[in-house]
Amino acid sequence: MSADVQLDNVWVQFGDFVAVRDANLTIQGGEFFSFLGPSGCGKTTLLRAISGFQEPSQGRVLIGGQNMAGIGPNHRPTALIFQNLALFPLMSVWENISFALEVKGVDKASRRKKADELLELVALPGQGDKMVNELSGGQKQRVAVARALCAEPEVLLLDEPLSALDLKLRQHMRTELRAIQQRAGITFIYITHDQGEALTMSDRVAVMREGVIDQISDGTTVYDHPETAFVASFVGENNSFSGSVKTVEDGIATVETPCGVFRARTSTVAPLKAGDKAIVFVRPEAIDFLGSTDRENVVEVTLTQQEFEGHFWHLVLHADSGAKIRMSVMNDGKRDTPELGSRVSVGFPILSAIALVSGELAAD
Amino acid sequence: MLGAVALWIIIMIVLPQLFMLDFSFRNNWQQIDPSKMGGPEDVYTLVNYHFLAFGSPNNPDPFNVVDVSVFFRTILAAVFVTLFDLALCYPIAYYLAQAAKGAKARLLVLALIIPFWVNELLRAFAFRILFGDEGTINAALMGLGLIEQPIDFVRENVALYAGLGYAYILLMIFPIYNVVESLDKNQIEAARDLGASWWKIHRRVVIPFAKPGITSGCTMVFMLSAGALAAPQILGGPSSLWFTQIIYQWFNTGSNWPRGSAYAIVLMLTCVLFVLIVMKIFKVKIGEIGR
Repeated sequence: MSADVQLDNVWVQFGDFVAVRDANLTIQGGEFFSFLGPSGCGKTTLLRAISGFQEPSQGRVLIGGQNMAGIGPNHRPTALIFQNLALFPLMSVWENISFALEVKGVDKASRRKKADELLELVALPGQGDKMVNELSGGQKQRVAVARALCAEPEVLLLDEPLSALDLKLRQHMRTELRAIQQRAGITFIYITHDQGEALTMSDRVAVMREGVIDQISDGTTVYDHPETAFVASFVGENNSFSGSVKTVEDGIATVETPCGVFRARTSTVAPLKAGDKAIVFVRPEAIDFLGSTDRENVVEVTLTQQEFEGHFWHLVLHADSGAKIRMSVMNDGKRDTPELGSRVSVGFPILSAIALVSGELAAD
Repeated sequence: MLGAVALWIIIMIVLPQLFMLDFSFRNNWQQIDPSKMGGPEDVYTLVNYHFLAFGSPNNPDPFNVVDVSVFFRTILAAVFVTLFDLALCYPIAYYLAQAAKGAKARLLVLALIIPFWVNELLRAFAFRILFGDEGTINAALMGLGLIEQPIDFVRENVALYAGLGYAYILLMIFPIYNVVESLDKNQIEAARDLGASWWKIHRRVVIPFAKPGITSGCTMVFMLSAGALAAPQILGGPSSLWFTQIIYQWFNTGSNWPRGSAYAIVLMLTCVLFVLIVMKIFKVKIGEIGR
């Protein structure tokens, strides 16, 4: 069983501090949904509001259409996986997993059977009798997932559970979590500050900033069609050119910036008009040297730094205005990059750039 | 460092106890005939231990009824005081460690500690006033019309248990507090999230974790209660005798150090044995207490 989760004008305040500001959204049953944002953006608070550890100051949390006000975490159809996992160190693996059943008074044989089934599901067969601290990081991770699933939640809440793992394992667990979600067929709500995790696993992503949800879309939309300057700068690398809008025609804005006049598409969600302050965003991979094709938006730059990363060259360029531009060039083995310090012309196509209403950018 | 500690233990603890042990196996020549002290007749004997078990030679009973029953009553009462303190202090320690924050927690700790600036005797007499016939509690109960005659809390030993219990609460609270404070809050929340009731959270998560603290708290309270002297002397009812009072009488009024030593050693060994058995039952290793 999977339930949908609805946040209805949810506010969470701690004294004068607003942790979550008017969150409104519906997460579909069976969806893998992520909240993505920098630390302190309110995503964990929101998760605690859904799990029942934090009552909203205002608004309602509905799970499966039922208002959760006044219902404690032990009576909600949710299970939470903590950032540090919070496995019980004095219990064996199978006792950890079947704790939710023990609480319900299920007999030992049935509990053991269920624990073994779940160990199978999370690909840890036969590890039930070990103690938790005998397991590796990735194995603990799986036990935490199994323990939460044993409660047969309709919604599984995950609070950055992969952050303690090393990179390789993290990437592996992403695929694994997604697979477990599909096998279990329940709603997953995932909290992370790691956009890679959010984009690879989720059906939809909500990007949060200072208690506000800026955008809710699927991964590609968040990446290709950001709706706010914050989303554009937080998700993936982006170059930004602040300026003012000269004209807007057929969804293409002309923006005058200190680096030159650029033309870029506009967002249908946050349209621009002439005279607005705007920022033009261009991904490093959308910029190329002039000459290979004709470019609409051209900047004269000096190459100041380059890093070789195998399949990509990462270049840092400085425009005459002093603006720093990042550029990534695919290493197809056919070309050399220019010498450090040389002057080059680079450009990017109109449709690869987006002009958004001026706003706060994500910290580097 | 280790050498210094060893030296300290030997001089301050082991040697005096060995003297006591030696005493306990000798006749009280001081009273019988001081000139025979150290002479050929001054040999080791079990006479003092025999007296504790069977009394004087002309005792008509099969064993030393008074001393033996006082002995077991003392142990039992010490167990009771320990359990009472545990029931009282576990919630306080848990609250301090997991729930209370900042200024509130500090205030509570002060409120727990400052009463212990008052010395033991003064505190014991204050309890007498509190529990006396015309004391605060009786006055309040009678004022409220709940009782007509004052309750003799001293005769019923309520004053004694309350006094002993209160004397050692810090020794119970702090070891438990220490351990529970290091318990990750997420463990409690995780158990709650998985559907556990408060009782179940404590039984399965907090108490197992706190076991070393609970053990060391209980051990100290039990040992000190069983060995307490001032509180039973002042707060004990006329019919109740604490085993330490008998020991004290042998040493002091009886001028019989060998017999007093024998009694004291029996009390000490019994307490140690009792604690070790209880630890065995609850599967606590002695090393865990030191944590």
